[in-house]
Amino acid sequence: MRYLPLTDTDRADMLQRIGVAAIDDLFVDIPKDVRLKDLVDLPKAAGEMSVERQMSRMAAKNVSAGSVPFFVGAGAYRHHVPATVDHLIQRSEFLTAYTPYQPEISQGTLQTLFEFQTQVAGLTGMDVANASMYDGSTATAEAVLMAHRLTRRKKAVLSGGLHPQYRAVVKNLSDMAGDELVCLAPDPAGTEALLEEIDDDTSCVVVQTPSFYGQLTDLTAIAEKAHEKKALLIAVVTEVVSLGALQPPGAMGADIVVAEGQSIGNSLNFGGPYVGLFATRQKYVRQMPGRLAGLTTDAEGRRGYVLTLSTREQHIRREKATSNICTNSGLCALAFTIHMTLLGAAGLKRLATLNHQSAVQLADALSAVPGVEVLNESFFNEFTIRTPKPAAKVIEALAAKDILGGVPVSRLEPGNADLADLIVVAATEINSDEDRAAYADALKEVLA
Amino acid sequence: MTMNREGRPTTPDEVGSTAPDTFTGNRALRIEEPVIFDVGTAEATGVDLPEPDGAVKSRLGGLERSEPLDLPGLAEPEAMRHYVRLSQKNYAIDMGLYPLGSCTMKHNPRLNEKMARLPGFADVHPLQPVSTVPGALELIAECARWLCVSTGMEAVAMSPKAGAHGELCGMMAIKAAHAAHGENRSIVLVPESAHGTNPATAALLGYKVVAIPAREDGTVDPAAVIERLSDDVAGIMLTNPNTCGLFERDIVEIAKAVHEAGAYFYCDGANLNAILGKARPGDLGVDCMHINLHKTFSTPHGGGGPGAGPVVLSERLKAFAPLPYVKMTAAGPELIETPADAEADGTKPFGRMTAFHGQMGMFVRAMTYMLSHGADGLRQASEDAVLNANYVRAGLQDVMSLPFGERPYMHEVLFDDSFLDDTGVSTLDFAKAMIDEGFHPMTMYFPLVVHGAMLIEPTESESKASLDLFVATLRDLVMRAKRGEVDRFKGAPWYAPRRRLDETAAARHPVLKWTPPEPQTADAAE
Repeated sequence: MRYLPLTDTDRADMLQRIGVAAIDDLFVDIPKDVRLKDLVDLPKAAGEMSVERQMSRMAAKNVSAGSVPFFVGAGAYRHHVPATVDHLIQRSEFLTAYTPYQPEISQGTLQTLFEFQTQVAGLTGMDVANASMYDGSTATAEAVLMAHRLTRRKKAVLSGGLHPQYRAVVKNLSDMAGDELVCLAPDPAGTEALLEEIDDDTSCVVVQTPSFYGQLTDLTAIAEKAHEKKALLIAVVTEVVSLGALQPPGAMGADIVVAEGQSIGNSLNFGGPYVGLFATRQKYVRQMPGRLAGLTTDAEGRRGYVLTLSTREQHIRREKATSNICTNSGLCALAFTIHMTLLGAAGLKRLATLNHQSAVQLADALSAVPGVEVLNESFFNEFTIRTPKPAAKVIEALAAKDILGGVPVSRLEPGNADLADLIVVAATEINSDEDRAAYADALKEVLA
Repeated sequence: MTMNREGRPTTPDEVGSTAPDTFTGNRALRIEEPVIFDVGTAEATGVDLPEPDGAVKSRLGGLERSEPLDLPGLAEPEAMRHYVRLSQKNYAIDMGLYPLGSCTMKHNPRLNEKMARLPGFADVHPLQPVSTVPGALELIAECARWLCVSTGMEAVAMSPKAGAHGELCGMMAIKAAHAAHGENRSIVLVPESAHGTNPATAALLGYKVVAIPAREDGTVDPAAVIERLSDDVAGIMLTNPNTCGLFERDIVEIAKAVHEAGAYFYCDGANLNAILGKARPGDLGVDCMHINLHKTFSTPHGGGGPGAGPVVLSERLKAFAPLPYVKMTAAGPELIETPADAEADGTKPFGRMTAFHGQMGMFVRAMTYMLSHGADGLRQASEDAVLNANYVRAGLQDVMSLPFGERPYMHEVLFDDSFLDDTGVSTLDFAKAMIDEGFHPMTMYFPLVVHGAMLIEPTESESKASLDLFVATLRDLVMRAKRGEVDRFKGAPWYAPRRRLDETAAARHPVLKWTPPEPQTADAAE
């Protein structure tokens, strides 16, 4: 087996050195009647060629996003990632290192995390950010728990513009922990009366911007009302590129900002691994979940970095920890940081502009299709259309024409007749004029 | 896993260097690297994007960013150098033995990386039409099948994002099962040697954690469990093999007692790599167990993730597996994504752990690893991991101290610090001296059940020659400690990119992001 360096001679020598006769003498603590005598019922070892063939066979059955005009978003976005990013994250020293528990030989990881934290804080307009969470949805659930700890209240209010699967993740944890939750009805038009739901028992209000349906919200009034009631505003961003063009939640009064960082540096990967961003105000830092890299000095007075404030964490505090999180999304965070460094302010701004323009052009093209209505007045790179036929059928018919045209809302909000004719459509810098024209043409045919 | 709760010196000693200074501060191949905020600029960029179309009218609704974006950019060659130089300040498995006990730093095959980057896996969207992703669903189903067969379990919840997330998933399944039986139990039993994530997870769900002390030999005494069982105990969270590197030999009896009390048995699968192919958790009475794909199945740790924590489930818990899941049918794989889908399938999912379908990229890598090893290779890997750990034990037991005696261990071996008594050298000092010798230290001060713990897990990826050098090095360090060469240890590491770092100062005045030197902001002044 190519991954196992020991030879049979080694094994025999080593058993002798240990002083046992056979390998099973080292497994004596496993009760005899539950020790496996034979191999489990699975195929035997295979060489690279064979494995590659088997894996490629499965991969080839999927329609990859790059092979067709592609307009699917709803929480994960296809962007161009510079070749440099993937090269760098595959360097052995980054790829095959553990969590930086030994800082003297982990400065590479620690410094990039420090850079990551600074970039995330700047992007979101917040004071501090952690070293990443699993993804945007779990970061949202953790933010709600953090708000409960800070306010000593247990009721979260979720906007109807929140991604339905994010809502489900928060609801699951909330139900299991016995907390209270108010979920507003799905809000494609962006007209919900959120302020009325904030009261003296509210721990936090959770608002996604741009919303799941692409609506843009000025968070200022919500923040004011929340703060008046001593509740926190949690802003959720699923398309982090938008922060290159839009006012950051921190400037609109958010207390915690969580985001899905996949768009920068990371592939679609059928949903994971992604990278959750988590940022907050300085005064709340000790209630934050997750790892934090901090600046310090070494014995010679040189600048260096360590994991810090670990007294919040499970390996020290055990059942009193702020979260049970241990492993985060280190390598995805590294990809984010490298891509962000390549972009810089100028590049991110241009990327955001191109995304917005691509979406504006697509909205114009689709609204010209007879029977199609674009719901949004304003949006970033994603918007919602209403079609005269059931959205799920329309998307299937488009797929049959090799156009991946978006996400039918009914897939995530099944059983709601009001939403059955809505499609969430995303456009990014990868879409060409030809892609957009092909979509509009195909949609016209499908609806004819 | 290497932090301690007490007695750990974290302020560096004042030890100077005798080597001459350099003008740049560099030391040959070790090049000092500033943060990007010191060197990048707002106008520099390493990405060429097309010019925006001036004719397109903005529809941002008056919410355009008014604050400047404070993000420095670098041109591609500069960015490349920056991150390559930083990478060179990391230790990594690809450089040498990385014996972090309980973390399983085994070789990460590059075929896994290549497969994970096939466009059919990497460039597919989780919400594109199901009809366009049959291969992705097949991959998930096939990965699930291999995990079930090799653990002897009935089903698997694939979506948890890492080990601790898997723990949460498993404990939620237990909570849901009790609720389905009209019960609301409040206590979870957790041995003292458990990972910190176990009690943290139980507490997150509102459970009261009751600790089970370890008995003299480092394992859990069934009597201690039985004594604490009642109709208010929801379950037990037991790591097996445990964090002392020992197989819980009474596990079947413990499982039986737990089940008789109407409770469930959660097994922390962090150490599954010791027994894969040798015993199946399903045969031991386990109800649910998370599997760290980044440990047992070699997906890279990446400097702290991403991981993946699928949870295998017993017959008693499988109906409660969260959404989504993939079901194999005669017509092919079927994605069960909504409560309505589940109802039609006759299951009772407790909810959803995450948006989308889990860590697909990690499933692809784990699948590639499993196909490469096969049933025979997986078993051989476990045997070699255990053989290597015991070989290290045999090589060190006469000079270091084994709290649980000279006996067979599983995939890792636990020493305590009594061999350092009266030397003035602590576990931390000893670990830092290993860095100078070119080794990553072992896990230290964990588990908490022994004093000054040193937990060594060499994994099956090490050759005999590599282990021989490691053993010889540690023996030499022990002799030096006993000979009174205290300064060597107190000053260590001497040759790493940084000398010992001041963790106390970092925590007292946390600086968590770069701030411009002038003018000083509130953060920097704090």
